[in-house]
Formats: sequence, C-alpha cells, structure tokens
Amino acid sequence: MRAILLDPFWTFGFMRTALVACLGLALANAPVGVLLLQRRMSLTADVLSHAIMPGAALGFLVAGYSLFALSLGGIVAGILVALLASLTARFNGEGSEAALAVFYLLSLAAGVLLVSLRASNTDLMHVLFGTVLAVDQRALVFIALVATVTLFAIAMVWRPLAVESFDPLFLRSIGGGGPVFRRLFLILTVLCLVAGFQAFGTLLAAGPLLLPAAAARHCSRDLRIQIGLAAVFGVVASVAGLLLSYHLNVPSGPAIILAGGGIYFLALLLPRRESASANANWQPAE
Amino acid sequence: MGETVGIRHRATVVGCAGVTWARRLLAQAITRSGRLMQSTFDGGYVPQARVQDSVAIELDCLSAGYGVRQVLEDITGRFEPGSLTAIVGPNGAGKSTLLNVLAGLKQPRSGTILLRGIPPESIGFLPQIDAIDRSYPISVLEFVALGQWARFGAFRTPSYDLMTEVVAALRAVGMQDAATSQIGDLSIGQFRRVLFARLIVQDARLLLLDEPFGGMDLKTTTDLLALLQVWHREGRTIVAVLHDLNHVGTTFPSTLLLARRVIAWGETSAVLAPDNLARAGMGEVEPGPRIAPLRLVPS
Repeated sequence: MRAILLDPFWTFGFMRTALVACLGLALANAPVGVLLLQRRMSLTADVLSHAIMPGAALGFLVAGYSLFALSLGGIVAGILVALLASLTARFNGEGSEAALAVFYLLSLAAGVLLVSLRASNTDLMHVLFGTVLAVDQRALVFIALVATVTLFAIAMVWRPLAVESFDPLFLRSIGGGGPVFRRLFLILTVLCLVAGFQAFGTLLAAGPLLLPAAAARHCSRDLRIQIGLAAVFGVVASVAGLLLSYHLNVPSGPAIILAGGGIYFLALLLPRRESASANANWQPAE
Repeated sequence: MGETVGIRHRATVVGCAGVTWARRLLAQAITRSGRLMQSTFDGGYVPQARVQDSVAIELDCLSAGYGVRQVLEDITGRFEPGSLTAIVGPNGAGKSTLLNVLAGLKQPRSGTILLRGIPPESIGFLPQIDAIDRSYPISVLEFVALGQWARFGAFRTPSYDLMTEVVAALRAVGMQDAATSQIGDLSIGQFRRVLFARLIVQDARLLLLDEPFGGMDLKTTTDLLALLQVWHREGRTIVAVLHDLNHVGTTFPSTLLLARRVIAWGETSAVLAPDNLARAGMGEVEPGPRIAPLRLVPS
C-alpha cells in the first residue's frame, strides 16, 4: 500500500513538484470555480481557457518555450478576449453566449495555426493538453503567486462580488460599482487558467477549475463550505490522478481531470438540496 | 455590545447563514428591537419624522433606447417632492426603461434629468424580481442588511446596530420568523416583503419601484400598499411601475401614463380617463368572437 501511495512521490522529484503545483492550483481554483458556477459562467471559463492559447502561441513564437513569454502572452490574450466578449455582449444586447462561442472557436483556430507555424506536433500536444510532469521550479513560483493573488483578491472583494452575482442592478443603483468587480473576477479567472495552462493545456485548463467546484455544489449550499470542499476535492483528484498516471503510465493531466470527474459522479449520488422556488434559469440583465 | 460574535466579520453580511450564531444574534436583536418597534405591521408601522429635503426629479426632452430601438421619446415633466406617482402603460411602453434611467442604471440618449443634490445611496431602487438570482445562497437577514450598503460599503465592517434595524424592518413587513431562511426558499410574496424590508433599512429619500406587486396575493399586496402610504406620509418621493389600475386608483395620487412618450401626467383620476387610456393603447378590450366550447366527445 505504502509502495503504491507514497513511493512515487518519495522517489521522484518531478512527482513532488507536480504534486505541489496541483495543490497550489487547487487552492487558487476553489473560490474562482465555485463563484464561476454560482454565476453560471462555466462557458465563459471554457472560452477563456481557449482564449489564452493564441497569446501563449505568440509568446512561444517570439521567445520559444519560455514560461514568462507563454504566461504573459496567455494573460494578455485572455484579458483581451474577456473584455471583447463583454463589449460585444453590451453592443448586441443579448446573445453573449453566441459571442462567446465565436471567440472560443476563433481563439482555438488562431492558436493552433500560430503554434504550427514553428513548432512540432509534440509542442502542439503540449500546448493543447499540457504536461504536469514538466512543471519546474519557476512554474511552481508562478502558481504560488497566482494562488496568493487570487485568494487575497477574492477575500477583499467578496462582498461586492457576491452582491453583483445575485442582484447586480441593486448594487449599481446604490453606487456600489458592478462592472469593475465583474471584470476583476474575469481577470482572476484568466490568471487561474494561465497558471493551470502549463500543467493541463488549453483544452483542459478549465477542468481543475470547474470539476471540483461542480462536485462541491452537490454537497452543500453554503458557498464557504463549497469553496473548502472544492479545494479538498481538487487536492484529492490531483493525488489520485498523479498516482494513476504513474502506475498506469498514462498522461497525468487527463488522469487528474478524470479523477476529478470520478469525484463529481460520487457527489451526484448525494441528494441535492435545491432551492424550492428559486429561478433556476436566471440570467443577469445587461 | 460591539464584540458580539460574527457580526464583526465581513462574511456575515454576505455569505451564508452561519445558523447557530445567526439564531443567537437574532434572539438578542429581537429583544432589543422590541423597544424600538413596539408594533408589528398590523399595529401600524410608526412613521418616522418627516424626511429632510424631499427629492424632486425634473425631466427635459428625455429619450432612451436599446440599439436601433427607440423606447422613450421626448419625456418632459416633473416628479414633485414627496409625490407618490404610478407609472402605467402597455407592455413595451418604456416604463422600466424610464425607471432605470431615473436610477442612473441606464444612460439617456438625449435630454436632461435633474435630480437635485441626491447621492446614489439615497435612491432606493427595487429591481424587477426577475433581475435577482434567488438561487444564490444568502439568508434573509444578510439580504436585508444590504440595504445599509451606504454605511458599510464594499469593505467596512457593519455595525451591531444594523442587525437591530434589520430585524425591526423584517417585523414591519411581517417576516421576522424567516430571518434565517435562505432567500431561495421564500415564496414570491414573501420575497417581495423581504425586498420591502431592505428598502426600509435603506431609508431612501427617493424610492423607485419596478413592478413591486406582481404575482402576489391580496393580503401581501394590501400590506405592502399600506407601507407605501406610510412612506408617502413620511415625505419620501416614490415612483412605482404598476400594472393593476385598481391599485393605482386607490393608492397613488399622481400617475404618469406612458406609451413610449408621455400620454398624460398628473392627478390620477384625470390621467386614467378612458380617452387617455385609449390613446395609450390600453382602452377597453373589444369583446372577441365567442369561442366554441371544447368538446372531448364528438356529438
């Protein structure tokens, strides 16, 4: 038993680094993921994870496989698309979903095109699906930085962000702001996605963000408990996924995502506590 | 008194009901508020001293719209200080749009709107109920406490006295027993009462209410209409979008009849004259063709 559970981490430095990276990601992702789901923004998270790709690819073209260039490109592209999408939604009035789908497809196509300009198919696979085991010290520091910033920022703006989630018109009418907090939240989402990008790639980066949070939603209605549970689920999924990937010799990113999926399906077995009369299909008025 | 557990913590105002402390807090607050608010709603909500400086709103050639669609054209007129005005009109008349413009939520296309020296926090805005996500896990207590946003804002710690006021407001609308419930578990009528409690806590000089009485039973409507009249006596300026002309006739001294432009604006009985209603497209409905009764069994 000990050989199965502990030895991989005991013996190999890269497994330990990967584990620490996943723990940091799980911490940062928990509050962002729970709020994304509560605000019905999981599609947005998906789109943003793809929006990172062309930026990262540009960084790759300019500077090669450098963490700094990839991350900077990713952050800039992600924030750009987040703002573009919110602007498009405002001009069109309705149909922000359609705008998101358009951005999602364009980003992915542009990203693949850019990467193919110079890189091999292996590089493309790395960008698309990530390599948890290639995370190095500097990536670790970056993940720790993102986790710190995210947790502090969410703690700071929790109250206005919460009110903006359920009663945006009220918040604006009393001069409490609104768009500011929504944008800040989008930026935090982009940061989390970029932090997860190296480990999980552009196609799976939203996974560790959304899966533990989705499982946590089935266990409690209290957002604070949900966030705690999401962090725990994220950690458990990471450990399980890394061990699976080690023993079965399969890619680690997808293994962690699948482990997260397993937790989600276990959580589905719990009876869901649903609000009696709440408007389930609520959409924020623009 | 200020050292009570929980209340100093940011997460208590928005977050989720920490049920144990909330109960304890509630018990304390109810005892305290008993002195402040001797009576529940039925016994009469004691009007406060008249509000200082009632607010007047002046509109001049106001237009607003969405995209290529012009919704409001050339709205000119004045909401008197301390007036109680109903905005009525057919669907798509721009009633909610006008209210959003008054609340500063929507920029007008052209024209001016003069709100004399009133900061945003003294505007009490009641959004349409659909604009609020009631599935969000937040207790009634915390939801109503948000009415005092102006005092604690996004970052400061709410004071202990806030909870006393919140409980008093909940008593005033007859919802003191639901203080620790989640807003998602309330019926529409109960939630409307809670929204009114938040307005009480907000203590605004200008109240803008978007369809405050939709989907409610007679008892709730009567209670909340009475509360409106109390606010009116206190000298607050109130503008409400309404659908039920009976309520308008019984409670609202002034009415603005809107159909993308001003059809009539003034004393209610004059505004709701049949020819005005006809001009707004709200005239008596023509009796339609008789519909044959549905037969399940061919005869």
